[in-house]
Amino acid sequence: MPISSYDDRIPSFPDLIFNTVSVDNLIDIRNVTFAYRNHAVLQDISLSVPRGRVIAIMGGSGCGKTTLLRLIGGQLRPTQGEVSVNGQIVHQLNNHDLYQLRRKMGLLFQFGALFTDLNVFDNVAFQMREHTDLSAEMIHDLVLMKLNAVGLRGAQQLMPNELSGGMARRAALARAIALDPLLMMYDEPFTGLDPISMGVIGKLIRRLNDALGLTSILVTHDIEESLKIVDYVYFISEGRVEAQGTPDEIRISKQAFVHQFVHAEEDGPVPFHYPAPDYASDLGLKA
Amino acid sequence: MKANNFFSRIGRFTLDSITRLGTATRFLSQVLMRSGTSWRRFQLVIREIYSSGVLSLIIIVASGLFVGMVLGLQGYQTLQTYGSAQSLGVLVALSLVRELGPVVAALLFASRAGSAITAEVGLMKTTEQLQAMEMMAVDPIARIVAPRFWGGVISMPLLAAIFSMTGIYGGYLIGVRLLGVDDGTFWSQMQSAVSFREDILNGVIKSAVFGFAVTVIALFEGYDAVPTAEGISRATTRTVVTSSLTILALDFILTAFMFRGA
Ligand SMILES: Nc1ncnc2c1ncn2[C@@H]1O[C@H](COP(=O)(O)OP(=O)(O)O)[C@@H](O)[C@H]1O
Ligand SMILES: [Mg+2]
Repeated sequence: MPISSYDDRIPSFPDLIFNTVSVDNLIDIRNVTFAYRNHAVLQDISLSVPRGRVIAIMGGSGCGKTTLLRLIGGQLRPTQGEVSVNGQIVHQLNNHDLYQLRRKMGLLFQFGALFTDLNVFDNVAFQMREHTDLSAEMIHDLVLMKLNAVGLRGAQQLMPNELSGGMARRAALARAIALDPLLMMYDEPFTGLDPISMGVIGKLIRRLNDALGLTSILVTHDIEESLKIVDYVYFISEGRVEAQGTPDEIRISKQAFVHQFVHAEEDGPVPFHYPAPDYASDLGLKA
Repeated sequence: MKANNFFSRIGRFTLDSITRLGTATRFLSQVLMRSGTSWRRFQLVIREIYSSGVLSLIIIVASGLFVGMVLGLQGYQTLQTYGSAQSLGVLVALSLVRELGPVVAALLFASRAGSAITAEVGLMKTTEQLQAMEMMAVDPIARIVAPRFWGGVISMPLLAAIFSMTGIYGGYLIGVRLLGVDDGTFWSQMQSAVSFREDILNGVIKSAVFGFAVTVIALFEGYDAVPTAEGISRATTRTVVTSSLTILALDFILTAFMFRGA
């Protein structure tokens, strides 16, 4: 066989580099618009998440961060545009394929969403029991490994209402990684935690991502904690990507919006006041 | 203007009610279609029989006993006027098996187990447990809702039977032990007058229908609850009110069909 026929099929080196842009993205969000009934949330938003990275999606409360995660998880359908995960267009999948895809995703809910009628061990074992035929001993060992990874092996018999906020978040994290997903999504994992627990969760997110070869999306409005651990940041405002960059670029950014966010300024592009009529006329001081 | 407003409100109310009924029906058909898991993993259903059935036992037994004793007292008074106090057993048994057993047990079931189901499912929704389950590729209708549904449907006839049995015992305590109706007559008249098909089977059918209705209402209200603390408490109240009215309405319809001329 002549060498040249091989050459046709094997892409040259520069080509490979070029192609990684699309092939190596686990998630591509292309021109997605989404509205709840008449309430527009996302407007023609595009962003991508390369494999193996931890990226942060930041923005004020109510800007549509959770909505974005639910679009990725296929719980919502985009009004326009498409979300592709691991090469599959999420909203085009049938129920069975969507459930198959979800097995490759883990989502850490804002308050953990542990099953309140199961103890920590059974919470982590839940997916293994539902989706696999593993023996009881096997499940036992796997659960202990996951719990050990989040430092809760000693808490396996506790019920969710006996856990502190940080522990509940970690237990939910162990549950989310139970079946070794490709993708981990964290919905505001730092909310309501003390600084120590925040640091612990942040480091865990990074460590698990690198050790298990995951890809992680961190949705948050906690800028300090997340800039320490992520590779790339998208800022969302009014349904669009307003700014993006690596943590170092974000820290020194001159963009007014980013600056306001990073330095927690009260007023700026994001106004302090909810739109209101003139104050004086509201008080009846003006005719 | 006012009249206009009034009519438009009636219209809105009617449309809302019909929409809700439609949503509930679709919910029910989803539950039925995704019941496979409940039968393949029957221990899921058994757990629910325990939490809605076994845990309702105390209130069922206690109420059954009291209702039976009241029937004994009241029935004795009335029957004695006609000199037929010996038929007390028949009166107690028929009242319980045909009517009071299924209906009162179902009303108690609605307030004990139905409200608990609504609160539990509503809380799971509020704390995002149902969504978490969906994201773990487990269908919450199949895994959470359907086992509770079958648990309720199976528990209800058993609870009604237990209610009737303790009720009859209560009537026996009052009639025979206290008021001196003859022991043998009490039981033998009961035995010959109560027919299996006409009375007992119809009672069982009634209670199965009530169990079906109460559990569907309770699950739907929980699943459909506004995911806040206030939403759960409203849903729980609605479960008790709606299922009680439904039980009484269904009882009328079923009775009209079952005991025509009998
Ligand atoms: N189920 C819903 N129905 C209608 N509006 C919703 C719903 N969920 C969220 N919203 C609205 O959509 C916007 C974005 O919500 P969300 O994605 O939860 O924001 P974030 O997570 O960034 O705080 C908010 O204004 C919120 O009020
Ligand atoms: Mg959110």
